[in-house]
Amino acid sequence: MHLRHVSVADFRSYESADLALGPGVTTLVGLNGQGKTNLVEAVGYLSSLGSHRVSTDAPLVRAGAERAIIRAAVIRQDRETMVEIEIHPGRTNRARLARAAVSRPRDLLGTLRTVLFAPEDLALVKGDPGERRRFLDDLLVARQPRWSGVRADLDRILKQRSALLKSAAPQLRRSGRRSAPRVDDGALSADREAALVTLDVWNSQLAMVGSQLLYARLRLLRDLTPHLTQAYAEVSGGQGQASVSYRSTVHAELAQAIAAGEVPEVADLHAAMVQTMAEVRDQEIERAVNLVGPHRDDLLLTLGDLPAKGYASHGESWSFALGLKLAAYHLLRHDLGEDPVLILDDVFAELDAGRRERLAALVGDCEQVIITAAVPEDVPTALVGRTYAVSLGCVQESP
Amino acid sequence: MYEGAVQDLIDELGRLPGVGPKGAQRIAFHLLQSDPSDVERLVATLTAVKERVRFCELCFNVAEAERCRICQDPRRDPSAICVVEEPKDVVAIERTREFRGRYHVLGGAISPIDGVGPDDLHVRELVARLSDSAVEEVIIATDPNLEGEATASYLSRLLKDVGVRVSRLASGLPVGGDLEYADEVTLGRAFEGRRLLNA
Ligand SMILES: Nc1ncnc2c1ncn2[C@@H]1O[C@H](COP(=O)(O)OP(=O)(O)OP(=O)(O)O)[C@@H](O)[C@H]1O
Ligand SMILES: [Mg+2]
Ligand SMILES: [Zn+2]
Repeated sequence: MHLRHVSVADFRSYESADLALGPGVTTLVGLNGQGKTNLVEAVGYLSSLGSHRVSTDAPLVRAGAERAIIRAAVIRQDRETMVEIEIHPGRTNRARLARAAVSRPRDLLGTLRTVLFAPEDLALVKGDPGERRRFLDDLLVARQPRWSGVRADLDRILKQRSALLKSAAPQLRRSGRRSAPRVDDGALSADREAALVTLDVWNSQLAMVGSQLLYARLRLLRDLTPHLTQAYAEVSGGQGQASVSYRSTVHAELAQAIAAGEVPEVADLHAAMVQTMAEVRDQEIERAVNLVGPHRDDLLLTLGDLPAKGYASHGESWSFALGLKLAAYHLLRHDLGEDPVLILDDVFAELDAGRRERLAALVGDCEQVIITAAVPEDVPTALVGRTYAVSLGCVQESP
Repeated sequence: MYEGAVQDLIDELGRLPGVGPKGAQRIAFHLLQSDPSDVERLVATLTAVKERVRFCELCFNVAEAERCRICQDPRRDPSAICVVEEPKDVVAIERTREFRGRYHVLGGAISPIDGVGPDDLHVRELVARLSDSAVEEVIIATDPNLEGEATASYLSRLLKDVGVRVSRLASGLPVGGDLEYADEVTLGRAFEGRRLLNA
């Protein structure tokens, strides 16, 4: 697929901007702070309904404006579809597909697919586990939009369950064993019984939704890994092998198998989660946090024999993050039978000459690539394509 | 900000569920411009609702007497109780004409975030009603969302050993939905296909 046209209104630094695009490479060049990333962020938002830089919508609306609009013409198999979203922070966003209003913005998911690499992605290697979980989950949603609903369910269950652990802590804690018997012991233990049944109900919900998400992540990772190894080898010119393994909180024994790359049955994951929750119940009650589930898991990234985090050089970490995104691109291409739009924001500045050239060769056959660079000379000449100069919130095609 | 009484009215209206600040303003000015007799009728209705309407002592549906219309109706099958979250769900199910038994309105769903636990719902009263041997089946028709599912699962655990059949409305209802918004056909079908929870 590719974009034929993108326009924004009151988005970030832009009052309005129009950009004609086509298959092949488009490069946006301009000095720092001129609005290059703002444009590709808008494209990314249309495909994922979120920004890769901020978690709330407010900063996306131009200062002083009330709402922002992003519009794009997406071409898939020679058919053009208009996608449009109006971002209203603090209210519900409105979306249109093929010029007709859709009931929920979520209905846009799946029409435009992008893979965006940006400097922020360095956090995939150097940042917290949450960054790596988000990468997996976003990719799940890009493959099958229904996972966005499962993810929302899991978040809600976790909130409910931690609220319960906090509010019912007094009843849940009374074990009755440590303290001397008291007159109202019977009432107390009935209270505790009731609180435990309620906790059990939320345990079931967590195990059901959590095991599904975990299973989906593991299968995704199994499909992604070969693409990662290959993409990293191609970018680095064979300097070191990138691999990744899943660290699960689900259950000690099963976690070992999972770390070794096995994908257990969803029923086994479910049973393991139930068992582990029973084992750590007292700790969970004591600390009032959800200790078991996909929301506590992590990915271990290794380069050769060493963990990437804490060992890899800057350029290697950059290449690893890039490798993950390129792997996502190849996986989606393979799944969908068509190319997503590849966006590379500021990728070249941090790579050595060899890696730049190899990356250029690697993305040369993608249907559409959008590149940004502050220093045009950083982009290998083979890759420049159609060029736009970005300056002070204005975009102009360079001859 | 408007002057005294107008602002008070806007503030009061704004406290109603589903009414935002703009809506509150619109309603307030609509009332200001309407016929005094229309406003009087509205006031009378509001007062009557608060005076006359209460909750059924048996099922906690809205009622104008100690018991609601359905609990008083001798033609309703006493062997089946349908458990719902709110009185509006009773209305939705009545529209389908699929169910001829009686109801039990919980008054919400288990939601720790909102501080609602089983003790805050009419669960104890439900258990008490079941000691009446006439009841053979409990159909749980809480909303098909996470809180509704949690409540259903809590009830099915609680009623495991009570000796009645416990079933749950079949899915086919939109997940994450409100019972109230399910159309009659879907809701009717859900009744047909309810599944047993304590088989
Ligand atoms: N909501 C907003 N309203 C107005 N201006 C904004 C808003 N959000 C960001 N900006 C401005 O946009 C500019 C940043 O644009 P952008 O991130 O696209 O720069 P860039 O061209 O990618 O630069 P670099 O080369 O440094 O990455 C900043 O000057 C910032 O002040
Ligand atoms: Mg930038
Ligand atoms: Zn009644």
